[in-house]
Amino acid sequence: MKYVKFLISLALTVGMVILLNSKLGVAPPFARFLNPFQGFWQNAENAKAWKDDEAKLPGLKDEVKVYFDERLVPHVFAKNDADLYFMQGYITAKYRLWQMEIQTHNAAGRVSEVVGEKALDVDRMQRRIGLGYGAEAGQAYIAKDPESKKLIDAYCAGVNAYIKALKPKDYPIEYKLLDYAPEEWTPIKVALLLKNMANMLSVFEYDIENTNFVAKYGDENFRKLYPDFIDKEDPIIPVGTKWNRPTVSMCDGDIVKKQKEVSAINAEHDLYANIITKPDEITGSNNWAVSGSKTKSGKPILCNDPHLRLSLPSIWYEMQLVSPNMNVYGATLPGSPAVIIGFNDSIAWGVTNGGRDVRDWYKIKFKDASRDEYEYNGQWVKSEKKVERYKVKGKPDVLDTVVYTRFGIVVFDKSFGTAPSRQDLAMHWTAHLPSNEFKTFYQLNCGKNYDDYIGALKNYNCPAQNFVFASRSGDIAIKEQGLFPIRDKRSEQGKFVSDGTTDKDEWTSFIPAEDNPTVKNPERGFVSSANQHPTDSTYPYYYPGLGVYENYRNRRINKMLTDGSGIDVDFMKRMQTDNYNLLASEAVPVLLSLLNKSTLSPDEIKMVDVLGKWDYVNGPNQIAPVYFEIWWNELRKLLWDEMMDKAVPMKQPNFYVTVEFLKHDSTSQFYDNLSTPDKKETREDVVLMAFKRIEDTLKKKEFTEVSEPYGADDSYKKNDLKPHDWGSYKDTKITNLAMIDPFSAMHVYSGGNIGIINATNSTNGPSWRMIVDEGAMKAYVVYPGGESGNPGSAYYDNMVSPWAKGQYFEANFLKQGDELGAKKLFVSTFKP
Amino acid sequence: MKNFLLSVVVIIIGCAVLQPFLPWYTIAVVAFAAGYVIKQNSLGAFASGFVGIFLLWVAYSFMLSHSNNDLLARKVATLLPLHGNVGVLLVITGVVGGLVSGFAALTGKLAAGLK
Repeated sequence: MKYVKFLISLALTVGMVILLNSKLGVAPPFARFLNPFQGFWQNAENAKAWKDDEAKLPGLKDEVKVYFDERLVPHVFAKNDADLYFMQGYITAKYRLWQMEIQTHNAAGRVSEVVGEKALDVDRMQRRIGLGYGAEAGQAYIAKDPESKKLIDAYCAGVNAYIKALKPKDYPIEYKLLDYAPEEWTPIKVALLLKNMANMLSVFEYDIENTNFVAKYGDENFRKLYPDFIDKEDPIIPVGTKWNRPTVSMCDGDIVKKQKEVSAINAEHDLYANIITKPDEITGSNNWAVSGSKTKSGKPILCNDPHLRLSLPSIWYEMQLVSPNMNVYGATLPGSPAVIIGFNDSIAWGVTNGGRDVRDWYKIKFKDASRDEYEYNGQWVKSEKKVERYKVKGKPDVLDTVVYTRFGIVVFDKSFGTAPSRQDLAMHWTAHLPSNEFKTFYQLNCGKNYDDYIGALKNYNCPAQNFVFASRSGDIAIKEQGLFPIRDKRSEQGKFVSDGTTDKDEWTSFIPAEDNPTVKNPERGFVSSANQHPTDSTYPYYYPGLGVYENYRNRRINKMLTDGSGIDVDFMKRMQTDNYNLLASEAVPVLLSLLNKSTLSPDEIKMVDVLGKWDYVNGPNQIAPVYFEIWWNELRKLLWDEMMDKAVPMKQPNFYVTVEFLKHDSTSQFYDNLSTPDKKETREDVVLMAFKRIEDTLKKKEFTEVSEPYGADDSYKKNDLKPHDWGSYKDTKITNLAMIDPFSAMHVYSGGNIGIINATNSTNGPSWRMIVDEGAMKAYVVYPGGESGNPGSAYYDNMVSPWAKGQYFEANFLKQGDELGAKKLFVSTFKP
Repeated sequence: MKNFLLSVVVIIIGCAVLQPFLPWYTIAVVAFAAGYVIKQNSLGAFASGFVGIFLLWVAYSFMLSHSNNDLLARKVATLLPLHGNVGVLLVITGVVGGLVSGFAALTGKLAAGLK
């Protein structure tokens, strides 16, 4: 009996230990997670314990001091560049380790190792589009440049010095929740981060969607709804700027040979079911620089606000990096060395995405089911195969064979995607090609003048960016830099799915960096970009231009800058947070004129009245933007329902084309709604039907009662319109990277929208606002997050509310480090 | 009663010293040892194990969370989901550790009885 009792008790104890030590479904291992010695309680950052500290760090060559200011921004002072990047790696890991690693796991298609089978499809897609393949090519190329290799290695050594010193109790909370451990940081991960950016930013091609559209609705409709240029085009390089004679002649032998075989757009097109989904309308980014002729101080001012998916931890980590070689401040990308967007004591620069098409699809013809050979210029050519192994958590490994051709990776085939039998689609992408973008940022960080800026950009390939520039000496400039394949205009190469059985649509050469669109000190006194067309149609190289180009923010920015004079920092703050809805100002008068008001209810008449009196400002406490948003979205659903067939993906025409279409086309097959075969709708019918949906949509929408959303000021809740105003309707959410709601910034109360300078919609927005005043040598910054990646830190989301309210912080741009004074939080000293 | 208190104190001190360096289930070993060495009836052994770790874990968690203004604990208590109630989260923490420790101490006491 004694033994039985003992054994039962022992079994209970051991059983409980095993149970509480194991991860059960989505729940963390309870005892490990809850015990205060190693569990999450250890991540509760002591709010008052900021003290100067000192540590020995083998790997350093000399002493490094890191001054943390009142927002926990580190100012790293090193005595050489290798130490500087070592410390950048170390400090970034200290505050952003989990984020760095999960982002590279994501790019490498390894998330299923952490979260299990549910991420397998996403992982397979990441590997099939070749992010890891591109990163390997990039890393091998970078390793050939001794200076870059040395600095990237130093950065990785810094990250690893931090990881090695970590005890499980110090792991970021996400590791504890998901129950795994950080691994070594390597140069390939630095390259993967860049490919992760490329995958967000250089994906705007619509080859498959366009091919589907032409196959279903013909050439004439395609020309009308997807024009290369619009009549109100306001490109980055001002119209009338003279182009250099192209360095690469468009009449070179290769290209002439290809032009003999122009593939006419009317040729028979297939329908394709698989695409890589992209956002329909993107929020984009803004940058501009104004020359001294237009500013109060007589020196340039530079502004930048890149718009990305908003996340916590934030995509950016603010830092100052100082060595004898540089003194640079700005936004860094956690996991990658150098400052990406910022300024030093001589120059400032910023970026917006250059949405040019750098990704082409080719239909491959395999000889047989083995896919060992494919047709190319009348011959059978051997393919290469790579077996990808997925170490899925809690499951046996999954293997996936991926086929490589000279046209890139076969993304969709018999084992991936739907409707497999008819499609073997290979993808060529500039992100697969070797390049050294780190060198660009390193040289910008050390840059002194315009020539340094132009020299730095030469190394930059992908994702293509519009680099804006201003110098203390008074120059301003902008250049779209990236690697762009030279394309044949007559066949509109790259606009549709290309034939993968011949070389006629194959990439042969690229536009030389010196021929990329650029302008320095233009007469109008400013340069700007907002993801619009880089050039007008006179640019000597052909590029497919449709779909993604912005038509609203660019015109608004250029008008404000043209009208502005005596510009100062306050003017720039008003501009970056400007909520004027140019789209609405052009669309609402058209929609109201087409609306048959005779059947409207009294409540609906009131809505018409509100819209008629609207000043077109998307302020958070306005009601008109809510009506317009619903009306506009419902109208596009009804009007472009032809393009919403999931089995045959197509792209909706852009907003500008939609307004013009409604204004000028009184009849068209597209007005008819496909879901009502017995009725033929007219333009006025769809406008009215969409308007009638406003009330219903508002009734169905669940407004969450929030007493104090992020960013709300004192007037919140005093306004009668709450909670149906624009800020509450839009309900911006800054999502935690692990998709954990309590770690997200829910209910951020802010204005703006797509197509507005303050391009904040419900999920995307300005991820970093920066104004650099070259006259006063001062900069003003803010971003929707905080310096710490720890949800248990007060510095995790402390800038979200100021950001939402349009407030800024003056950057502490230090010369020696010790001049922080009362703004000092603590100083860390590291010795070799 | 004296042995009960002794057992509680031994478990608290033993675990407070060892836990920073060893995995959480060290508490089972310490409680087992206390149950084995310190003479008590079964209920006393279990209760001392439970109370010892309950007190240690709750007190230390409370300390860590208090200096954090409960910022993280509120978020975790929303996630688990406990409607953001930090008090409940503290109690659960204590009970999870306490149960393991209680049964371990009981097992120790029963093992001692096998001689």
